Amino acid sequence: MALGDAVEDSFEKGSDDDVDTWVRVKTSAWRDAASTLREKLDYDYFCFLSAIDWLPSPYGRGEEDPTAERAAIDSTIRQGYTGGATRMQVFARLVNHRTHHGVTLKADVPDDSLTIDSWVGVFAGANWHERETHEMFGISFAGHPDLRNMYLPTDFEGHPLRKDFPLLARIVKPWPGIVDVEPLPGGSDEEGEAE
Amino acid sequence: MTMLGDRQQLAYIASQAADARVNVELETEGMTLNIGPQHPATHGTLRIIARLDGEQVVWAEPSCGYMHRGYEKLAEVRTFPQVTALVNRIDWLGSFANEVPFILAAEELMGIEAPPRAQWIRTILFELSRIANVSLFLGDLGVQLGAITPVFFAFRDREYVLNLIEGATGGRFHPNFDRIGGLKDDLPAGFIDETRVVMRKMRKFCDEIEGLLFGNEIFEARTRGIGVIPRDLALQYGLSGANLRGSGVDWDLRRDQKLPMAWDKVDWKVWTHPDGDSYARCWIRLQEVRESTLIVEKLLDSLPSGPVMAKVPRIIKVPEGEAWVSTENPLGEMGYYVVSKGELGPFRVKIRSASFNNISIVPWLLKGVYVPDIITILASLYFILGDIDR
Repeated sequence: MALGDAVEDSFEKGSDDDVDTWVRVKTSAWRDAASTLREKLDYDYFCFLSAIDWLPSPYGRGEEDPTAERAAIDSTIRQGYTGGATRMQVFARLVNHRTHHGVTLKADVPDDSLTIDSWVGVFAGANWHERETHEMFGISFAGHPDLRNMYLPTDFEGHPLRKDFPLLARIVKPWPGIVDVEPLPGGSDEEGEAE
Repeated sequence: MTMLGDRQQLAYIASQAADARVNVELETEGMTLNIGPQHPATHGTLRIIARLDGEQVVWAEPSCGYMHRGYEKLAEVRTFPQVTALVNRIDWLGSFANEVPFILAAEELMGIEAPPRAQWIRTILFELSRIANVSLFLGDLGVQLGAITPVFFAFRDREYVLNLIEGATGGRFHPNFDRIGGLKDDLPAGFIDETRVVMRKMRKFCDEIEGLLFGNEIFEARTRGIGVIPRDLALQYGLSGANLRGSGVDWDLRRDQKLPMAWDKVDWKVWTHPDGDSYARCWIRLQEVRESTLIVEKLLDSLPSGPVMAKVPRIIKVPEGEAWVSTENPLGEMGYYVVSKGELGPFRVKIRSASFNNISIVPWLLKGVYVPDIITILASLYFILGDIDR
């Protein structure tokens, strides 16, 4: 790849003619990675940009009895494909519209500053996606022209898609969750064997 | 020429001066026009704030969030099979098509594949939801331009398609029929014959709409050369579906991507148009409805027999991993980025909906257009509010 030493880690999945690629780049190379992919490698289709909060939810899945003592939740952060070192990661997908090959780019967002370069100068379409990521995760994009809220009211406090933002509906009334698994059509009601 | 008297001359000069004064006074002043949130042209509750100079837009910005339901957050506290009930409501006119990419992503992570018959039926229902969705667009298009008749035709004929979907799945709008590993049920008796009849009706509907709108002088005047999106910009903004193909990009995810679906098993054509204007986008959607009816008929011809459900564990746990699956939905590319931690539910679901990207070009596209064209441009971009706000 032409990304050179900006690449921290990469990962591939799938067979020869149908391969999906993940690349994690250095935080400082986030913007350059986009322009290199666009200018040099022809990944000209901007699919989406968003973020992942890798902190396991301190509220669990909202399926426990709220009156009972809450079980301790392991809060070790485990990143997914291509690893990482920070709680927040931004990720975006670019596609080469001629070869139809797509790349998922990831980058760590430093925990202290929560700031990463904006892609607006490379892909104009990143504008709204970065606004959405900003309000949902509290990540700032340096160089973005206008990081106004997209969905939430202007004075909304908190960042709803962070894992430590409680989903109050679930805390007030736990979901029956696993109880309503529907039986398989035509099959027996016994437990199917796991693979 | 008769000679004018002094008084007449003075009167003439005075009137000219008055005219000049009026012109100076009429020098246009900026005005802000709010379209929506409850405007019928906005397919839901989208508000467009446009700053006008006379009849021209100098700045426009859609204001979203009137229908934000937070599905990405809600999906994190649901199990995998429960998420389909949520994603059904993203693009509510073509609901079944929303379920498919999510289920495919979960199947990819679990390493299972639906049996062939389930793949065929999925594809048939997918195309039926496209026909139901886009046929309403074609009717609605007329209303936005002041023609009332097409929308009655659209509602009348869409009902046949919805009846088919209801017959197979039990739900007109929210089927919730797709399961990890296959489908909830097989097709009902008589579905195949009935579908063939309806597909012929839908082609007749397309002919009617083509006759009513696409040859119409007013329609052409209002859409040709209006709202032109250059090819490069369409890609930069991540436009997809008919909006991208209307700008001359020959790209259809149904054809250009390997998925365990049945599109590659039959012959069909991807329509593109080089113009990139409102007309091109509408014209492509019309052709796509026709093409979809043909795809459905061909799939019915080759429908394999067998089970509709693969062997899956009763309690579904999806192994750890990440998957991205997108399909060519009625509105464009709809994809899910699913992160699983090996639990009952997803750790994170990023929903990439078509309309969000499609509408993000609006601030650029509306600059410099005239007020009546705002409506045609928005109509031709075709968005569904649930698909923007999620």
